[in-house]
Amino acid sequence: MKRALLWLPLLLFAGLFALVGFGLLKPANRTVRSALTDKPLPDFTLPALLPGKPGVAKNGYGGGQPRLLNVFASWCLPCKAEAPQLMRLKALGVPIDAVATNDTADGMRDFLATYGDPYQRIGDDKASKVQIALGSSGVPETFLIDGRGRIVMQHVGDIRADEVDGIVAAWRAAK
Amino acid sequence: MAGSEVRRALIALALIAAPAWAQQSSLADVQLRDPAKEAQAKALMATIRCVECQGQSVGDSDAAIAGSMRSVIRERIQAGETPDHVRAWLIERYGDYITYDPPLGAMTWPLWLAPVVLLIAGAAIARSSFRKKGR
Repeated sequence: MKRALLWLPLLLFAGLFALVGFGLLKPANRTVRSALTDKPLPDFTLPALLPGKPGVAKNGYGGGQPRLLNVFASWCLPCKAEAPQLMRLKALGVPIDAVATNDTADGMRDFLATYGDPYQRIGDDKASKVQIALGSSGVPETFLIDGRGRIVMQHVGDIRADEVDGIVAAWRAAK
Repeated sequence: MAGSEVRRALIALALIAAPAWAQQSSLADVQLRDPAKEAQAKALMATIRCVECQGQSVGDSDAAIAGSMRSVIRERIQAGETPDHVRAWLIERYGDYITYDPPLGAMTWPLWLAPVVLLIAGAAIARSSFRKKGR
């Protein structure tokens, strides 16, 4: 019994060594996800950024139709990469709204003229307050809000071409 | 003569306009008037993680989203919310990961209990080995 116990510290050390080695070889996923997934959309109201394009508010959701809410900015580079995918989603019939963080009307007009305009509404989120209220940690991020006004999915980062089909399927399922 | 008067008038105008402008802009880098509330906000910022530059607190980070969070924290504290309430609001949005002061819960209890357990174990080992020496 005593002799066996003698090996215990070495075994503990080996265990710790393996744990640290495992952590070094496979770094943790650092994506910060919103804790609001599967919860109702928080209450917010954003004014319009551009004349002729309505702003975004909580009461625009939950009317039976699922919608995408894209948190983005005209100054954000990955948002430009994402634009063609959003145009494809629009062509497939998915309604898309935007929370424009820290943006200007001029910058937005240029962006939409260059990369296309997939948005039905664009809310002006000057101080990123609504971005924080949504639990979003960067741009672009896309939330899928179902017909009952609940956040059912959060996509972190730009939507890639091969992810469009999955998002359309999720949007259909959210009806 | 006339030039300096114009300049003086402009400075006066800027001084009048500045507070109004400061009220409208974000509170990311503007201290609260009430020193006690500013101290509360500062202390809370030091324990909230920046979600973009993840080793830093929002108080230390230059990232835009950290500035927005500082502003949200100051606004809520100014409006009379307690730091604990603001922390809970942020945890509701980002999960426990957002705070450097994790609440005691199903996932975090080993974190809180381990030091106590280790201390007790250490004391027990020390006691038994001192006893052996005494004999």
